[in-house]
Amino acid sequence: MSEEILSVKDLTKRFGGFTALDAVNVSLSGRERLGLIGPNGSGKTTLINCISGALVNEQGSVIFRGQEVTGLKASKRARLGIIRSFQIPRPFRSMSIIENLLIPMEYAASERKEHGQLRDQAMEFLELVGLNDRADENSSNLTQIDLRRLELARALSAKPSLLLSDESMAGLSSSEVDEILDILLALNERGVAVIMIEHIMRAVMKFSERIVVLDAGKKIADGSPDEIVNNPDVERAYLGE
Amino acid sequence: MKLNRFWVGIVVVFLAGLAFTKIADNEFYFYAIYAVLQLMVMGIAWNILGGFTGYVNFGAGGFFAAGAYTTVFLHKALDGPPLLVAVVVAPIVCGLIGLGIGYLTLRLRGVYFAIATLAVAIILETLVINWEYVGGAGGYYFLIPEEIPFFDSYVEWLFTVILVITLFAIVVSRYLNSSRIGQGLAAIRDDELAAECMGVPTLKLKLISTTVMGALMGMAGAPFPYFITFVEPVSTFSLLIAVNAIAVPMIGGTMTWVGPVVGAIVLGSIQEIVTVSISSELNMLIVGVVLVGFITLAPQGITGVYRDFRDKRRRRNE
Repeated sequence: MSEEILSVKDLTKRFGGFTALDAVNVSLSGRERLGLIGPNGSGKTTLINCISGALVNEQGSVIFRGQEVTGLKASKRARLGIIRSFQIPRPFRSMSIIENLLIPMEYAASERKEHGQLRDQAMEFLELVGLNDRADENSSNLTQIDLRRLELARALSAKPSLLLSDESMAGLSSSEVDEILDILLALNERGVAVIMIEHIMRAVMKFSERIVVLDAGKKIADGSPDEIVNNPDVERAYLGE
Repeated sequence: MKLNRFWVGIVVVFLAGLAFTKIADNEFYFYAIYAVLQLMVMGIAWNILGGFTGYVNFGAGGFFAAGAYTTVFLHKALDGPPLLVAVVVAPIVCGLIGLGIGYLTLRLRGVYFAIATLAVAIILETLVINWEYVGGAGGYYFLIPEEIPFFDSYVEWLFTVILVITLFAIVVSRYLNSSRIGQGLAAIRDDELAAECMGVPTLKLKLISTTVMGALMGMAGAPFPYFITFVEPVSTFSLLIAVNAIAVPMIGGTMTWVGPVVGAIVLGSIQEIVTVSISSELNMLIVGVVLVGFITLAPQGITGVYRDFRDKRRRRNE
């Protein structure tokens, strides 16, 4: 295993009187593929929000590459290399597909290159997700699967070292799920650590090297896919007693 | 080469304006064009926050009036300094007001932000009404200098000043529109959370946006007291001024710097022609009708319609 890239320590997040996350600890090494599962409302997206900076946690800390990022804004964390994709794709609708990629390239990755060079690079990312021949189309009339592709290509063009993928496959057909899985694996090949939230078990099991299970804001299991499948606590969380 | 063409255009317009002051004798033209250009600067300023960044604000009139009242204050405090002093100081004052208000209100979104800016304009108006030094509710008379070097009359000088302000506003707006900052603002307009998560420092860019908006509005307002010669709070802070500033980019198009320029030429010209040929009372009705027409038939404004037309033609040619 390579060195630790992310360490979440005793992270607690409350919404009013509701404790969404309760002293959660998660660590991740560079290039690792981590699956994050749990029943609805167990705090998966909240955890992603706290790691990416979209939400501020009350207690605990998020340490990224040895640096405390807990108080930092999401944009700052993005520039450090923590990038997320959204459960419901959020493209920049007034822009073309390729322009969507130029935003994170210029801001998160702070590329100070010529416009032409940036475009070439963006085309490379679009090729990876299979949107390269539609680069100049407007992003507002894409289909669901293409929106997911764009979401991932945009995340990729931010040059992340950690990608937080929030249900990138929800609502897709089986072959489309495989397609997105391939993209995520290709991303991981390039050296990006990935935390994947997913409800589609087949995808999680295939993708993850390690799985963390949340239930009602608490971490109830952390181990290899095989261990998780056979874990009685996990079964209880999903199926009840 | 596009950049060069732009700068050549700016210089040509400026020189043409100077030449115009030497050729035209009828002062009406200067008054009329002044009004159109003032409208243009306000439209450009509003569009930087409203169009580029997507934060609709109804308080634009407040910044304009703050600029005008900066001039009044300087006029009284410094015993009638040259107009240019006001043109430099007013945008600084209004830019700072914009920065401060931006800091307080930018966590609000959509309708709430719009209402907050409206409140700001009302607060500023109340302040001025109760501030005797600048004339309070009674207003303040401006004595226009009898003579001004290089120009035949003061209105020609005012015309030149607003022309330079307009060109400056266009340059600023175009820079913001086409630069990296402009890309970031567009990302904020489309989806602020996604922008933030893609590394765009949203708060910083929004503050830049409100500051520039305030500064340009203040600049538009700075020569206004000299133009109108009598300033009083109710008409200077009038919501109608804000509505005009919003109408201009709505008509011209909000996505690019060209939009408000085109919008001001169209709307301003119609208004001036109608004022002379029919009645000045009809002005607001015209703004209303034109605005409703554009919002229903061409919500992207004139530049949007042109862009669609161009895209369609290009696709047909392919």
